[in-house]
Amino acid sequence: MNTTTSLEKKLKAHFGELITNIVVQHGELTAEVAPENWQQVCTQLRDDAQFSFEQLIDLCGIDYLTFGEGEWNTDDVSSTGFSRGISAKGPGRFSWEERETELIEKRFAAVVHLLSIKHNNRIRLKCFAPDSGVLAVPSLVKVWAGADWFEREAFDLFGIIFIGHPDLRRILTDYGFIGHPFRKDFPLIGNVEVRYDEEKGRVVYEPVSIEPRVTIPKTIRKDARYAENQEQLEGDS
Amino acid sequence: MSEIKNYTINFGPQHPAAHGVLRLILEMDGEVIVHADPHVGLLHRGTEKLAESKPFNHSIGYMDRLDYVSMMCNEHGYVRSIEKLLNIDAPIRAQYIRTMFDEITRILNHLMWIGTHGLDLGAMTLFLYAFREREYLMDCYEAVSGARMHATYYRPGGVYRDLPDYMPKHAESKWTKGKALKQVNAWREGSLLDFIEHFTNYFPEKIAEYNTLLTDNRIWKQRTVGIGVVSPERALQLGFTGPMLRGSGIEWDLRKKQTYAAYDKVDFDIPVGVNGDCYDRYLVRMEEMVQSNKIIAQCVKWLKDNPGPVMLDDYKVAPPSREMMKNDMESLIHHFKLFTEGYTVPKGEAYAAVEAPKGEFGVYLVADDSNKPFRMKVRAPGFAHISAMNEMVKGSMLADVVSVIGTMDIVFGEIDR
Repeated sequence: MNTTTSLEKKLKAHFGELITNIVVQHGELTAEVAPENWQQVCTQLRDDAQFSFEQLIDLCGIDYLTFGEGEWNTDDVSSTGFSRGISAKGPGRFSWEERETELIEKRFAAVVHLLSIKHNNRIRLKCFAPDSGVLAVPSLVKVWAGADWFEREAFDLFGIIFIGHPDLRRILTDYGFIGHPFRKDFPLIGNVEVRYDEEKGRVVYEPVSIEPRVTIPKTIRKDARYAENQEQLEGDS
Repeated sequence: MSEIKNYTINFGPQHPAAHGVLRLILEMDGEVIVHADPHVGLLHRGTEKLAESKPFNHSIGYMDRLDYVSMMCNEHGYVRSIEKLLNIDAPIRAQYIRTMFDEITRILNHLMWIGTHGLDLGAMTLFLYAFREREYLMDCYEAVSGARMHATYYRPGGVYRDLPDYMPKHAESKWTKGKALKQVNAWREGSLLDFIEHFTNYFPEKIAEYNTLLTDNRIWKQRTVGIGVVSPERALQLGFTGPMLRGSGIEWDLRKKQTYAAYDKVDFDIPVGVNGDCYDRYLVRMEEMVQSNKIIAQCVKWLKDNPGPVMLDDYKVAPPSREMMKNDMESLIHHFKLFTEGYTVPKGEAYAAVEAPKGEFGVYLVADDSNKPFRMKVRAPGFAHISAMNEMVKGSMLADVVSVIGTMDIVFGEIDR
């Protein structure tokens, strides 16, 4: 806990405005960096002796569409109206045609987890892609060579473009795949299915024939116990 | 003839040395590799996306299927992440059980690795011996969870149940009866802990046997010494963890440095390599098995002396017992809510990592006050390792690719997810 708070102080002193929204939760430090400062901040975090984050442990994309939206709505239940479970748009509940394409602010982010072996520290940095225009974040391959495949993965699954990446190709999905499957508006059942066609003598792709189906609704509950825990956590840090 | 200079060959995805479904496009100059381009994703199942559509506990079983030779370590990473978000801790006995099974898993994984790595490089004998020992450990998995591989044994707040008091015995058959039957059941007279104790006494001798087969073996050394050398600086740059990092001489082990479960209460050493080649990584992993065996023995001793609860006494997360459920209305409601809706996890994000046999296995969870993870990211050690494939094999011979694949200890369940 103490190392995290001292790290927080050092970050504030060294970077000032470059790093925003510093949050310490569960003994972990999360901070946001704007795309234009992304490479600069990361390079300094690696090279400056008081941080020396030698290793990029993980880089992943995240899509904040539908964040904090439940499907099991019990707020306005009354004796006359019963509106439970009708606002179902969670993953696995829609097909491609029914998908939501609304725009929200700060939707996509690249999240990196850094590790300093020297100081035995971890930090999590977030870089939100710009809301308008190209969904682009600068690449970190030049800072940590290990970022290469992680960025390819985030591109493949979320469609975030990493500017300056030497070889930004799809990595996990099929050859010739269309779309970015981990986006929240991509159906869980997918768009195409594959089978071997006896007559044609080859594998064929066809639109999916299964129905979207998820049995358990996503339920939001703000449990009082957690509120207590949360206060305790904030008191600790 | 001399007109053709470079040509491309396709290594895998059905090559036996490709350890599953690796497709490697190799650009060759004669027998020397100019460029290697691994194509992964042939086993991509979208585990992380599937987890977003299920309550937290439903995904524990999926974790086994990531790195399918170190099952419980994956579960450990996942449940630790949930525990962090819920701000709960498992009881001490559960911590020891987890430590013990993590180390059993490490031996399972390393035995699989040494078997297949040996097989790839022409040491067939070892494969059979390694699988003989694996069988005992699989029996431990089966005794405790009912499944030999995909255990789904860990839970947020503890483990599914306490260790069983008896080991299942082999039944009499046409081939095994009388004296032979008694012999195969010799370890199985007592509890699971007795069985594991027998194993820990038996195993060091077996590792010594493997060492006589390989460590000074001329062919083995020719295939591994000086192959796939990674300097400590590059190992850090490339995001290596686990034996891949320690083989290059960096003493970094999460069990010691960012300790979890009961690792701070047991005594063990971290083996470190010097040269960062395939041979050093081999030595590191062999020594890790010895150390794991030591940890297991200590855990067995502690677990025998200290009975206690193995699950958190909090019915919001852990289900009440069946008996209570039948007699107590409150328990029935808890049970019903847990098994239909699951528990809700407060808004926040957490990353929890464990030292899996292959390296740092981490789970990054984003929760939004709901009963399902909003986003789950699995940080698989093998993914970072295989991304360095080109760098490690460039300039070496075709046959060395097999050594490098073996030394990375890659399993596609976790790389493709």
